Amino acid sequence: MRISAKTANFARPIQKSNMTEKKKATLVLEDGSRFEGVSFGYEQPCAGEVVFNTAMTGYPESLTDPSYEGQILVTTYPILGNYGVPSPDVKDTDGVSEYFESERIHCEAIICQEYSDEPSHWQSERPLSEWLKEEKRIGLSGIDTRKLTKLLREKGSMLGKIVFGSDDEIDFYDPNRENLIDKVSTKEVREFGEGDKHVVLVDCGTKYNIIRCLTRRGVKVTLVPWDFDFNTLEWDGLFISNGPGSPEFAEAAVEHIREAMKGDKPICGICMGNQLLGRAAGAGIYKLKYGHRGHNQPVLMAGTDKCFVTSQNHGFAVDNDTIPADWEPLFINLNDGSNEGLRHKTKPFFSAQFHPEASSGPKDTEFIFDKFISML
Amino acid sequence: MKETDNGARAPRKEIKKVLLLGSGALKIGEAGEFDYSGSQALKALKEENIETVLINPNIATVQTSEGFADKIYFLPVTPYFVRKVIEKERPDGILLSFGGQTALNCGVRLYEDGVLEEFDVEVLGTPVQAIMDTEDRELFVEKLDEIDVKTIKSEAVADVEGAVAAADRLGYPVIVRAAYALGGLGSGFCDDREQLVALVEKALSFSPQVLVEKSLKGWKEVEYEVVRDRFDNCITVCNMENFDPLGIHTGESIVVAPSQTLSNEDYHYLRKLAIRIIRHIGIVGECNVQYAFDPDSMDYRVIEVNARLSRSSALASKATGYPLAFVAAKLGLGYGLHQLKNSVTKSTSAFFEPALDYIVCKIPRWDMGKFHGVRREIGSSMKSVGEVMAIGRTFEEAIQKGLRMTGRGMHGFVENKEVSKDDIEKALKEPTDMRVFAIATALRHGYDVETIHQLTKIDRWFLEKLRHIVETGRELAGYDDIADVPFDLLRTAKRQGFSDFQIGRALYGNQMNDRSEELSDKVRAHRKQLGLVPVVKQIDTLAAEYPAQTNYLYLTYNGDQNDIDYERDGRSVVVLGSGAYRIGSSVEFDWCGVNALLTVAKEGYRPVMINYNPETVSTDYDMCDRLYFDELTYERVMDILELETPHGVILSTGGQIPNNLAVRLDASGQNILGTQAEDIDRAEDRNKFSSLCDSIGVDQPRWRELTSLEAIDEFVAEVGFPVLVRPSYVLSGAAMNVCSNEEELTRFLRLAANVSKKHPVVVSEFIQQAKEIEMDAVAQDGEIKLYAISEHIEFAGVHSGDATIQFPPQKLYVETMRRIKKISGKIAKALHISGPFNIQFLAKDNDIKVIECNLRASRSFPFVSKVSKQNFIDAATRVMLGTQVEKPGKSAFDLDYVGIKASQFSFSRLQGADPVLGVDMSSTGEVGCIGDDTNEAILKAMLSVGYTIPKKSVLISSGGARQKVALLEPARKLHRKGYTICATEGTHRFLSENGVPAIRVYWPNEEDSPQLLDMIRAHKIDMVVNIPKNLSDKEISNGYKVRRAAVDLNIPLITNARLASAFINAFCELSIDEIGIKAWDEY
Repeated sequence: MRISAKTANFARPIQKSNMTEKKKATLVLEDGSRFEGVSFGYEQPCAGEVVFNTAMTGYPESLTDPSYEGQILVTTYPILGNYGVPSPDVKDTDGVSEYFESERIHCEAIICQEYSDEPSHWQSERPLSEWLKEEKRIGLSGIDTRKLTKLLREKGSMLGKIVFGSDDEIDFYDPNRENLIDKVSTKEVREFGEGDKHVVLVDCGTKYNIIRCLTRRGVKVTLVPWDFDFNTLEWDGLFISNGPGSPEFAEAAVEHIREAMKGDKPICGICMGNQLLGRAAGAGIYKLKYGHRGHNQPVLMAGTDKCFVTSQNHGFAVDNDTIPADWEPLFINLNDGSNEGLRHKTKPFFSAQFHPEASSGPKDTEFIFDKFISML
Repeated sequence: MKETDNGARAPRKEIKKVLLLGSGALKIGEAGEFDYSGSQALKALKEENIETVLINPNIATVQTSEGFADKIYFLPVTPYFVRKVIEKERPDGILLSFGGQTALNCGVRLYEDGVLEEFDVEVLGTPVQAIMDTEDRELFVEKLDEIDVKTIKSEAVADVEGAVAAADRLGYPVIVRAAYALGGLGSGFCDDREQLVALVEKALSFSPQVLVEKSLKGWKEVEYEVVRDRFDNCITVCNMENFDPLGIHTGESIVVAPSQTLSNEDYHYLRKLAIRIIRHIGIVGECNVQYAFDPDSMDYRVIEVNARLSRSSALASKATGYPLAFVAAKLGLGYGLHQLKNSVTKSTSAFFEPALDYIVCKIPRWDMGKFHGVRREIGSSMKSVGEVMAIGRTFEEAIQKGLRMTGRGMHGFVENKEVSKDDIEKALKEPTDMRVFAIATALRHGYDVETIHQLTKIDRWFLEKLRHIVETGRELAGYDDIADVPFDLLRTAKRQGFSDFQIGRALYGNQMNDRSEELSDKVRAHRKQLGLVPVVKQIDTLAAEYPAQTNYLYLTYNGDQNDIDYERDGRSVVVLGSGAYRIGSSVEFDWCGVNALLTVAKEGYRPVMINYNPETVSTDYDMCDRLYFDELTYERVMDILELETPHGVILSTGGQIPNNLAVRLDASGQNILGTQAEDIDRAEDRNKFSSLCDSIGVDQPRWRELTSLEAIDEFVAEVGFPVLVRPSYVLSGAAMNVCSNEEELTRFLRLAANVSKKHPVVVSEFIQQAKEIEMDAVAQDGEIKLYAISEHIEFAGVHSGDATIQFPPQKLYVETMRRIKKISGKIAKALHISGPFNIQFLAKDNDIKVIECNLRASRSFPFVSKVSKQNFIDAATRVMLGTQVEKPGKSAFDLDYVGIKASQFSFSRLQGADPVLGVDMSSTGEVGCIGDDTNEAILKAMLSVGYTIPKKSVLISSGGARQKVALLEPARKLHRKGYTICATEGTHRFLSENGVPAIRVYWPNEEDSPQLLDMIRAHKIDMVVNIPKNLSDKEISNGYKVRRAAVDLNIPLITNARLASAFINAFCELSIDEIGIKAWDEY
């Protein structure tokens, strides 16, 4: 449980005007659309892939989620910043931050309709704008985010850039052409937690909460770089994390997983992990038109009447039609029928396209961790 | 991962016929939301081809209309009558959770009495045991203890001593709650022993068990709406956060959705708990979990769980677009959430949690001014009579819209007539219905957010936003003319929900007093020139992730693209709704609006609705082609009409709010369908209407508009007492009063009103012992096509909204009827009426006077439509669309049964209010029942509004000589029936002299015993008939104490001699088992 502390940072002069000078900035999309708003973060042009997220809470978690690397995040909920930003210094015994999903903000920028600069929450240490400025990330408000979202829904995720004066300030940048996994993955092998059982966690851009969900279940976790050959290690279970961008770049990891699949030890994957498991098994991957990002994605456990509300953040999916014969879908998206998880018909291999670790989002599928641990 | 066996259970047998229990008359704590949920459930059943039977005496509801249920019984929702209907109809299943606490309590009783088992009626959805687990506090706490979920620990006590001991253990302040009570009835906070004793005494009269618990004042209050299907799949459709912290009933709070000050961790912590709770309790359908949440940690308590559709669930449905009641009904039939579709996208699954891309703000509507003596403080028990929901994309925008919508003369958060700044701290600390405006005053007078937070415990986030509004107002005030205001400032103001009027007031100050329309128009013209217009956004449940197939819309300045492409083909017809439910305007206008929409569609036009009341069916997005959940101000209606370019707009089915827009909309060139604005004005303007009456030879009671006390005296000398006095400016208390002598007149004018040139007073001659008669009609081009004449049971003097109304009339002279028809015809012709209208008449002997004329549908339209089986609104709408309407045959007016409309009062919730009826309306709802004769209809109607047939003893305290005479025969009947009559001095003497034995009882200011109050407290009296004689102090205080005691102790009270006679006659001549169990279509 978190420490209770009354923050006393609310005293501010009442004279403060609503109309203090705000720097104007413009989001320019690759199709030529323009959205003018005001800046509330760091003032420097940026570029990336523009995606929207329909969650109504969880901006500190999303901003630090490595899966957003290279992206410009549009929040469909119009008001942002209400509960401020918690302290980065609160960490667990393994030195993992309690409130964030990694050590830094990963997305390039965050866009909302209305930014709320007077946060109110006992855990808040400072307003969102201060954090963005410190991490040199852009915040843009005053944007009709519904219009923008509809555009992305109709045309698909697009490249975009935010400029403060001229459009020439920066070029468009397509993060999906780059190996983003390599960019965000740990460079060294690290260990977390204690326990009799040992889990190797392949870091494709893992959220801290995957580590927390494992260590809090009493296992030792070894976090390895995405291309590390974990088959050289002794382990009881293999876990493949979430991560940004296209799974095409993670060929080395796919090879290692394929090798591990020759054995019978439990393997579990989340998000990118689902796609890499799929690729290792021989399934195809495709890019969704505008992805699934939010806290309300419904999934059905295949062949049952069990449904779960899940937290999601992905732009690629496993093609259900290409799943090899010894595998089957474990979960299906109730809205569009896309794949939400895989399982091997006989071996203890399974994965979820959504985020059972949540953070942010609903925690209804944490049982996936229990299941995995019970197989070890 | 294997599918687990979770005990999924489909209904035992095939369900072909289902009984649905409604909630009866609207009352405080149980209002229109249950018409909405019941209607949704009926739609869901209809889709499954299941035969439906509905019991609901509320005749003004949409659910009791043709096409919703197959069989409708206008009968009391009580175990006795429901059993009778079950016996007759033999349904396979019953739905208990769509009719509020009334239906739930009734269902639990039927279950406990074995009736459901006896007739093999299956409870669909949440099992009765689960309902009982949530309703009984002790069971509830035990149940949640089993899963280690924290509740507010309370001690159940059965007497005052026990309560005092419990409070001493818990430490003050404590909260007291009565078990099994509607929306907090009999509940309250107590700071000390004295308050505790008073409250517990009262609570024990409602409930055998009272709970005392520690108060968590100042904690946040957060609610989740949770849905579970029989496969154990759960979703939380919505969470909501109260602006007002714990201590104020959620029905009395401003509420926002989604929560604004919860972090992701907080949100999902409480969400997960809610799901654990619903699973453990075993709900199948919908429930609501209310939490107290510590603002300084993640500590929480569960306040309560409602295992049924509720006010909050109706709000959540409207806030998210997720049709909770519809889905809950389907789940009750055995569906899983994943087997149902999202009703908005029609392609995605109903198993999901809506993502909002807007904020909604619910604000209660109070009507405290309508009740004599009521305490204005708001707290743990409900007093509000309605609510509004405002939608925006900033909190500032939503709350300013909402404050305008409540229709209490406020223009938003700022730029109002400032509330007294005398004692700001008290106004902040001790919340009343005006507290939010006290915050505005405080901010304007330099209070900072922290200080206001300390005084109110309202979260700083909300207060900071409110501060923005005040700041913007201040900046605007720095300019003298709209042309000088910088664009960015103007846009900020509009994005923060400032109306054109508010901007005008900030800029032009007092000039707005006389030129408000002109200057607001100037603001409007200027901003339109700058391109500053609102955009239309859709509520689509998925924050634009999937396209919506429905047009559930709102307007906002926080955006620059419309979601809608308009046809501009002139085939839309815009119907204006009736706004917040309040005394005098409620579900009956919703029925009118919905029927207008249905006819508009039938006639080949595109129906469009504007309304903002989340408790209504008219704001159900599948009732029309486009629903604008938005304001009914001139500004917003014009914004919408300019976008819609409709064929025309219908004002006459939404009560007075739309009617008031007639002249201005007409002046702006809008096509008002039906009776024209000029004629509406001629009826609304007192002077114009009088000269019209004079010119066509129609009589009115003499009246005059007067500006000085001397002039009033002169006029009274001319017409004589009593007089009806209507001040234009009221200081306190009711807006109208009858004064029967000099003393009363002086007291009323000196204490309650202000008389001056600026605030004239209208004084009218008041005719005693006169019958009041209503004419509800539809005319086309000045010719009456359809009409219904009904008579009041009470003599004139009781507001028509409170009166008991009989249709068709049973005791009117043929001559009176003929003359009423004739006068109505003349008025219809003179005002060129095309559409609905209502005229109220006074008749004494055969002398007939017109007292009021409204060129719109009236409250009684659904009643007369349903009793006569002629849909007046359908006819009126066809008239307004220009279709030639034929008169029905003569036999249509010849009914061989009687309808009685009776009023529901909510005095028990209004602490301190004097439950006496007068010229100002105070009922919150009504029922309409049909019988073979007056006695049967009266009995059904009175039982439907909560009266019970007395078992043994009746108190009669019968006021003046006339009332005493009027009650003599009924008293004789009571005596013959074996009742014991108790009577106060005068009545006792009168009855004895006339040979009716009675026991003499004593007033509180008399010394002897038996004391009347003691007998009431000891429940030795089963019914109180107390007729106030006059307004003298002594009479008021004695009578008041008795009336109030009767209300507080839940003993039936009647304060009108004619109604008392009618009721006594009915139950003396007809026993309950002689009442016919007949459905509407059997008459």
